[in-house]
Amino acid sequence: MIKILFFARLREQLSTDSLQISASENMTTELIRQQLANTDDLWAKVMSADSLLVAVNQQITDWSHSVNTGDEVAFFPPVTGG
Amino acid sequence: MINVQQKDFVVADEYQKLADDNQDGAVVTFVGKVRDFNEGLGVQGLSLEHYPGMTERVLGEIEAEAHEHWPLNKVIIIHRVGDLTLGEQIVFIGVTSPHRKAAFAACEFLIDFLKTKAPFWKKELTSEGSKWLEAKASDSKISQQWSTKLTN
Repeated sequence: MIKILFFARLREQLSTDSLQISASENMTTELIRQQLANTDDLWAKVMSADSLLVAVNQQITDWSHSVNTGDEVAFFPPVTGG
Repeated sequence: MINVQQKDFVVADEYQKLADDNQDGAVVTFVGKVRDFNEGLGVQGLSLEHYPGMTERVLGEIEAEAHEHWPLNKVIIIHRVGDLTLGEQIVFIGVTSPHRKAAFAACEFLIDFLKTKAPFWKKELTSEGSKWLEAKASDSKISQQWSTKLTN
């Protein structure tokens, strides 16, 4: 399984902070994004935001990063701390 | 030392921890607070969310980077999370060094990088309801300027 996390605006828009998906071969951050976007119109809109960021195992990465079973993948908007 | 916490901090206590080493000639601290306006709206408070685990990791990386670039002795980074009201302290950065220029530069670097790299998100409670803050292009520009400056 792959653990998926959502933070801040995304978490609110999707009304969920985490879910699990099954791992498949040659999975990437982009494929997970597309898979989630296929859920419905709301998810399609949220997951297609230009500013969306992705982290794999707590490190920000790009959309071609490979993802394997046991990984933690997080989606979130640009950060605004400080 | 890195702390992500809900509770408030006392600057005097943090200063004591920073200032007890006589090899340091400089202590520089920064405190970020909840201010009363943003983008034309009155702000009554804010709620801070973060990504537990990743936050501490990123702050650790930023701290390590500061140590690479400047002769620093101590570094303290505290960032609060949860609900904060107007005027409350949000973030503390404290650094010590034998020299003031290194301490000033490192403190500024740390807060600039924290703002653009650490996974915190602010939601403001304004006179027109609550809204998530948008990241500022000017903040990422400052962060990029540091990267350019430090690699040259």
